[in-house]
Amino acid sequence: MKAPRILVLRAPGVNCDVETEAALKFVGGAPEPATMAEVRAGRVRVLDYAMVVFPGGFSYGDDLGAGKILAVQIRSYLKDLRHLVRQKRPVLGVCNGFQALVKAGLLPFGSGEASAGFAANDSGRFEARWVHLRLNTQSSSLFFRGLPEMIELPVAHGEGKLVLRSPRLLEDLKKNHSIAMQYVSDDGKLAGYPANPNGSVFNIAALSNPEGNCLGLMPHPERFTAIYHHPNWTRQTFFKHCVGLEIFRNAVEYCRS
Amino acid sequence: MKNAVLTTPKAAPSAAAPQRTVQEFLDLSARGLAELSRKSVWSLSEAELLAAQAYFKKESREPTWTEMETVAQYWSEHCRHKTFNSPIAYSDGSRTRRIKSLFAETVAKATKELKKPWCLSTFKDNAGIVSFGKSGKWALALKAETHNHPCALEPYGGAATGLGGVVRDVLAAGLGAKPVLATDVFCFGRPDDRKPLPEGAVPPLRGLLSAVAGVGDYGNRLGIPLAAGGLYFDDGYRLTPLVFAGCAGILPRWAVGKAAKPGDLIVAAGGRTGKDGIHGATFSSTELDGSARAAVQIGHPINEKKILDALLQARDRKLYRFITDCGAGGFACAVTELAAAAGGARVDLAKAPLKTADLEPWEIWLSESQERMVLAVPPANLRALEKIFADSFCEIAVLGEVVRNGRITVEHGGARVADLSLNFLENGLPRAERKAVWKAPKAAKAGKATLNPGAGRRCAEILSAALAHPNVCSRESVVRRYDYEVQAGTVIKPLQGVKHDGPGDACVIWPRAAVGEAEGFAGFALSHGLNPAYGKIDPYWMSLACVDEALRNLVCVGADISQAALLDNFCWGSPDNPVVLGTLVRAALGCYDAAKGFQTPFVSGKDSLYNEAKSAAGKSAPVPGTLLITAAAPVRDVRKSVTMDVKAPGNPLYLLGSTAADLAGSLCAEILGVEGAGLPRVDSKTALKGFRAVLAAMDKGLVLSAHDLSEGGLAVAAAEMAFSGEFGIRLELDALACKGVIYSPEVLLFSESPSRILLEVPADREAEFVRAAKGAPVLRCVGRTIANPILKVKGLDGLSVMEESIAALKARWQKTLSEALA
Repeated sequence: MKAPRILVLRAPGVNCDVETEAALKFVGGAPEPATMAEVRAGRVRVLDYAMVVFPGGFSYGDDLGAGKILAVQIRSYLKDLRHLVRQKRPVLGVCNGFQALVKAGLLPFGSGEASAGFAANDSGRFEARWVHLRLNTQSSSLFFRGLPEMIELPVAHGEGKLVLRSPRLLEDLKKNHSIAMQYVSDDGKLAGYPANPNGSVFNIAALSNPEGNCLGLMPHPERFTAIYHHPNWTRQTFFKHCVGLEIFRNAVEYCRS
Repeated sequence: MKNAVLTTPKAAPSAAAPQRTVQEFLDLSARGLAELSRKSVWSLSEAELLAAQAYFKKESREPTWTEMETVAQYWSEHCRHKTFNSPIAYSDGSRTRRIKSLFAETVAKATKELKKPWCLSTFKDNAGIVSFGKSGKWALALKAETHNHPCALEPYGGAATGLGGVVRDVLAAGLGAKPVLATDVFCFGRPDDRKPLPEGAVPPLRGLLSAVAGVGDYGNRLGIPLAAGGLYFDDGYRLTPLVFAGCAGILPRWAVGKAAKPGDLIVAAGGRTGKDGIHGATFSSTELDGSARAAVQIGHPINEKKILDALLQARDRKLYRFITDCGAGGFACAVTELAAAAGGARVDLAKAPLKTADLEPWEIWLSESQERMVLAVPPANLRALEKIFADSFCEIAVLGEVVRNGRITVEHGGARVADLSLNFLENGLPRAERKAVWKAPKAAKAGKATLNPGAGRRCAEILSAALAHPNVCSRESVVRRYDYEVQAGTVIKPLQGVKHDGPGDACVIWPRAAVGEAEGFAGFALSHGLNPAYGKIDPYWMSLACVDEALRNLVCVGADISQAALLDNFCWGSPDNPVVLGTLVRAALGCYDAAKGFQTPFVSGKDSLYNEAKSAAGKSAPVPGTLLITAAAPVRDVRKSVTMDVKAPGNPLYLLGSTAADLAGSLCAEILGVEGAGLPRVDSKTALKGFRAVLAAMDKGLVLSAHDLSEGGLAVAAAEMAFSGEFGIRLELDALACKGVIYSPEVLLFSESPSRILLEVPADREAEFVRAAKGAPVLRCVGRTIANPILKVKGLDGLSVMEESIAALKARWQKTLSEALA
């Protein structure tokens, strides 16, 4: 069967594109890198693809705020993206890509209006560390099929604290099972820093649209595609499940079906 | 909607002033020339000025200012390494040795004599290049740089552009390598320093924080994992901090060579040229007095990322034939280097895209604005190259072309601003003999340890102080500010152990995503060796100790040191002082012996001299002679890598190497405030045998954890292994193999004898381990891992020397830096 074509969109400063493409390739996808310039020139059309991925990095240097300029460009030049989401094709935003999707109003609801945003980490600095995450078992996300409830992934960001426009929105997110992942301690409880590396409201690490085909997450699944990526692979005590790779596999297999 | 970054580059309005010449240059006396050089920040010596004068007399014309600036940049210490390439009369007290070229007779000589077939390019390109992986398809480019002078003035910008510069060196290695690892090593004054500073000097702690932020902000945006490095604190660096940045990159084997051809277009790619960083190359040969801030460049990581993205695509489509980066000296050095390699070039500076229109031609020529590369492009490929760069929102501009006439010709909108013979620039530099004197210090000659155990404090107190010492304590609060896992290749991380916070010896990079191959487990490890404290006593033994430290760090993660490549970075004071130069020569001699002894060639290096500054009292002091050794070696199978945290209780611990009373320059001597004797002397032959034996055992999976013994000796290494793995350790001091008779538990625990590694061996395979490692000259079982979370040491008399909770030790170790940086 033909490998699904997957658009991996790069803007200046995006820097997790290579390993994201590698992860998609490992699970049978056909990633096609393209730049924002090519999209603007009309040489690349999102609707030609089975899936769209916004990898992590510092698009446009995160000047004006993390992912802000990319978000404006998504609104202006990627008008078809909302259509693609409505067609239930998978869309994934990792780290900077997640920030852009939120600021472009594609997450948590595809209303086109930004209802959430990101602030600087509570620690006041960029931080790289592995975190424990709890998946929302009630989420309809197509990316999570077959995954355990408790997983580990690395985060690396300076502006990852999710903030919501209103407290009522949090209730809506809970109701719609849009909170896809939460930062937890190693025994699975909601906890403060460093378990919650940035101070996100309600420990939110990832958001999904209610339909489950659009996912944005701060942790980096493309950095856990082999057990040798885990910080403790030389010890024999951890769960040897390459969660990152499984997230990509679920998406590619969904594209196939 | 038109985007600003896509507007076509505009040349400066051709208000180019009529070309100015240096009036009456030919008639100036030697004194007049020296005065002119000083005023113009050329940093040229009298002999060099006279050589330039003679050249223009032969051309029978006055030089233009641009020409003299070109000579000054091209002949700068920074670009030509005059000290390392000049004759030196070196006297060590007993005899005088005439050295024709320090570089050719030490560092480069070892590489030449070792003749390793896997060294693909050494010393001639922007970075050293070695082969990588089994397939023969890939190569690894390695480079480490210093950016000391800028960092003393403006640590944030200096550290950021230092990293940017070394990344561009790797991008310009061969036809361009993809950077897969970045490193940084900082030497600063002690973080708790509160002594008065001269006006304008940056307090050490603020300097360190700014430098860390600069490297983080730049490196994180570039998306290159910063997974190796170090911090070193000493009062000697309070006015002249040292900032090292390194980079490793992967390139295909076919892209190792490069050669421009006549008719090729000379293309500038990347950022625009502005007024920033003028005279950076020559100012780095002056003593700092705070007046040179305009010489520090302004960095923009996203510009560099755009170049990186576009360049590697262009490389893979073979659109250009030669590449070099604009570093020190800007276009003046980069274009002249290209011209020198190709046989000549003509460029028009009016075609360079500018940040502001008011730049004089000589400023365009000299500006060290960041993120610029110079390419030689066959004219037929220009269109394709333009498209790739435009898609990455990156500017390129054709400056001129390669012509084979042996000259570098620089114009500005029709006016000729410089026209120099390349032979003169390349070979006209006069080499004056310098004097160097080395006098062995008395302390190094004393044979016995002066450490008096009776007067000493309890071992536990020394250990506690050692773990809290700024040169040993946890670096976690710095490491986490860097994205050390981007590119998904960091399989052995800088932080290790149960809680991901133990101090790793080296990182291992598995560039699977970068090479785009799912199969294959080839990787490489990179580590550092640095110990200026030994250098204060004897730089020769410091060099050996640094190479030994870098290599044993590689051994600890399981890297194949038979293919280890070394990089040298010498940071010294003014070589005009014979005593300072004497210590430099001695260190270089040590490098030669270390490289030959360990059979590890140097592939690239850099020296930074004139690291001196005036103190508040007005006294000028050179930086402690500092050698940073960076070592990289292949890891044949990353799945066999080893970390430093103990894995389970009940396993035997083996110590490789013998322990002597080596306390000179040691951390223990510093803590006790005594002058220790016995400088660690590396025996490379014995050390190498031991390292190879350990690697043989690791290859069979017989080593569970390994940690190198460095500052603080056995006690610190054992404590770190224990608290990172969250199991206790019991050591028995009477089991240690000693050189000479040592009774003092302090000496046994804190001696810094080189070439030692502590290994954890699976209890059920101990016999197998002993067989596999039988090549090791000295390897003894010195203790065991235990379930009880304590570090327990039994002395020679069988009585307990210490019994400390590992949680308490860890807390001490974690506190110092995290509190200082909070």
